[in-house]
Amino acid sequence: MLEIKNLHATINGKEILKGINLTVRDGEVHALMGQNGAGKSTLSNVIVGHPAYEVTQGDILFNGKSILSMKPEERACEGIFLSFQQPVEIPGVSMVNFMRAAVNAKRKYQGLPDMSAGDFLKVMREKRKLVELNSKLANRSVNEGFSGGEKKRNEIFQMAMLEPTLSILDETDSGLDVDALRIVAEGFNTLRNEQTSALVITHYQRLLDYLKPDIVHVLIDGRILKTGTPDLALEIENRGFDWIREEAGL
Amino acid sequence: MEESPILNKKQNDNEYVRQVAQQQYAFGFTTDVETEVIPKGLSEDVVRLISRKKGEPEWLLEFRLKAYRHWLTMTAPTWAHLRMPEIDYQDISYYADPTAKAKKKDGKPEDIDPELMKTFDKLGIPLEERLALSGTAVDAVMDSVSVKTTFREKLSEKGIIFCSMSEAVREHPDLVRQYLGTVVTYRDNYFAALNSAVFSDGSFVFIPKGVRCPMELSTYFRINARETGQFERTLIVADDDAYVSYLEGCTAPMRDENQLHAAIVEIVVMNRAEVKYSTVQNWYPGDAQGKGGVLNLVTKRGDLRGEGSKLSWTQVETGSAITWKYPSCILRGNNAQAEFYSVAVTNNYQQADTGTKMIHIGKNTKSTIISKGISAGKSENSYRGLVKVSKAADNARNYTSCDSLLLGNQCGAHTFPYMDVQNPTAVIEHEATTSKISEDQLFYCQQRGIATEDAVGLIVNGYAKDVINKLPMEFAVEATKLLSVTLEGTVG
Repeated sequence: MLEIKNLHATINGKEILKGINLTVRDGEVHALMGQNGAGKSTLSNVIVGHPAYEVTQGDILFNGKSILSMKPEERACEGIFLSFQQPVEIPGVSMVNFMRAAVNAKRKYQGLPDMSAGDFLKVMREKRKLVELNSKLANRSVNEGFSGGEKKRNEIFQMAMLEPTLSILDETDSGLDVDALRIVAEGFNTLRNEQTSALVITHYQRLLDYLKPDIVHVLIDGRILKTGTPDLALEIENRGFDWIREEAGL
Repeated sequence: MEESPILNKKQNDNEYVRQVAQQQYAFGFTTDVETEVIPKGLSEDVVRLISRKKGEPEWLLEFRLKAYRHWLTMTAPTWAHLRMPEIDYQDISYYADPTAKAKKKDGKPEDIDPELMKTFDKLGIPLEERLALSGTAVDAVMDSVSVKTTFREKLSEKGIIFCSMSEAVREHPDLVRQYLGTVVTYRDNYFAALNSAVFSDGSFVFIPKGVRCPMELSTYFRINARETGQFERTLIVADDDAYVSYLEGCTAPMRDENQLHAAIVEIVVMNRAEVKYSTVQNWYPGDAQGKGGVLNLVTKRGDLRGEGSKLSWTQVETGSAITWKYPSCILRGNNAQAEFYSVAVTNNYQQADTGTKMIHIGKNTKSTIISKGISAGKSENSYRGLVKVSKAADNARNYTSCDSLLLGNQCGAHTFPYMDVQNPTAVIEHEATTSKISEDQLFYCQQRGIATEDAVGLIVNGYAKDVINKLPMEFAVEATKLLSVTLEGTVG
């Protein structure tokens, strides 16, 4: 599914990622943990092609193809989805128009005709239930006036609509209360299957209790210093990150 | 004086840029039709010649001559936030008639040159009634002459007059004489004086007492001939309890030189009558280097003479190199209500200085102004508006909202609100915002699979939808497309 090879990336000339190697297979959920500034968000932004970052070395393969020269929208249409840490508000653009543009852009990329308005609304109704978003959502502007929890649920709703094969959750748990976290996590789990994979960025064990990752990575100073089983996340919860640093001789 | 980019003829004709510009402006073709064009230049003789060609009565010639003589005493206004190229009024032809050849043959105006029919077909304005958009009657004007007005018979059954101004002068001279120049006098401003002297065709609408016009009425203006000006004149009268919705569309071929368009629209609204006037203005804006394009210098005004009369202006301005236009309302009758909804988009080197004037004279009068400016490229986009409440206008209310949206960092957005309130009971509200389409918003759209240009279209149409929603259905669809096309290539 996703293969990252010796990836180096900079922002404004400053190197943030210093040789990332990571392989995510079909059906796997990987957790990526690390302190603030370790490069977790940079990694997710680089995968989806954010223009502020420059890849200086290495490669990212998605289903065997290098995606480095692809535009962000092409990567999205290939099946990569990012649940943003801070979803941006787009005043004046209703959720229904926004989602329709997105769904039809992907269908066009796949050589399919636009979805009919009736079908689209039906799908939207179904998917909305997954994350318990109310029906007023469709007429509201994208993320405008949404609470923190609604924004995150809205991200998972969009994921459900777009059916990506690789989902990246960038601190989707931040700012969520216990109930909202459960709704988001259960929504995500419903969408999981053997063909879809995920990279989950988080500081906390709480989300991982629900998502049950297959593999846990620890990112420190732009490198993955440790990879392990879900027990690694529990250990970090108890002991913090410093011991991993020391182990690596930093 | 700084050299205007619009006039800078030394600029290279970058072939690629030309191609791009041509792709973007879909109406830039020319029509190959034998057109009778009078020699260039402006004088009393030319004014007389135009009047003679149109077979006008003496009073109208006098009206023109008075206007011409007054114009000679005036100078062009310079207060707008525009870099206006110098206009050589002797280098323009003031009358171009693409129907002249057909007339010569047998004198019957019904014989329309097939080339003209084809032109309007291509523009999506079929002149055969069986092909017409449902419920819309059209007056098609090319250069100085009305080519055809559809559904006239059907409308006349209800007593509605819808014809070209030239025909109105011939067939309803008393009505024309009663109202012409009473809303916008020839003394009003420089371009109004010029128009009053040399105006050629335009539309005339009269809705009699108590009649609701059953169709949308529309005029489509097309400039075709080279080095000519278009000076149309439209007069709409809605008598007591009448209702009409009127649409105006316009396009022009791509020419390297600027083309002058100086129009007047006058609207008279009597007791409890209602007029809705919508414009989708898509004159050729010039190329990406700012070469060519239409100079759109227009005076539009409605006189809400009657008690409880209503008038709304809705405009979507995407074209023209320069737009100088302030559709205004005089709220004379008590309880009159006026509205102005505007979206003005400028890209490349386009300049727009547009807005409205709301003059409250009657008691309990109410006006609403919603203006949305969108600037991209190196364009300049200004809102200029006056809200005036005179001494007698007790309980006048105005709500104004002016928003500006910037794409990129080389364009300008400006707001010039003027207020003159002489009655203490007035309630005036004004809101203004300026925003930018952020990189974050575009990236968010891209991450969902929406390409940048589609994302810009989505955001801009969302921003403008309060105004677009006021347009009749077919126009709204066209306006939505136009907004996206006008802004193609502005980001990324």
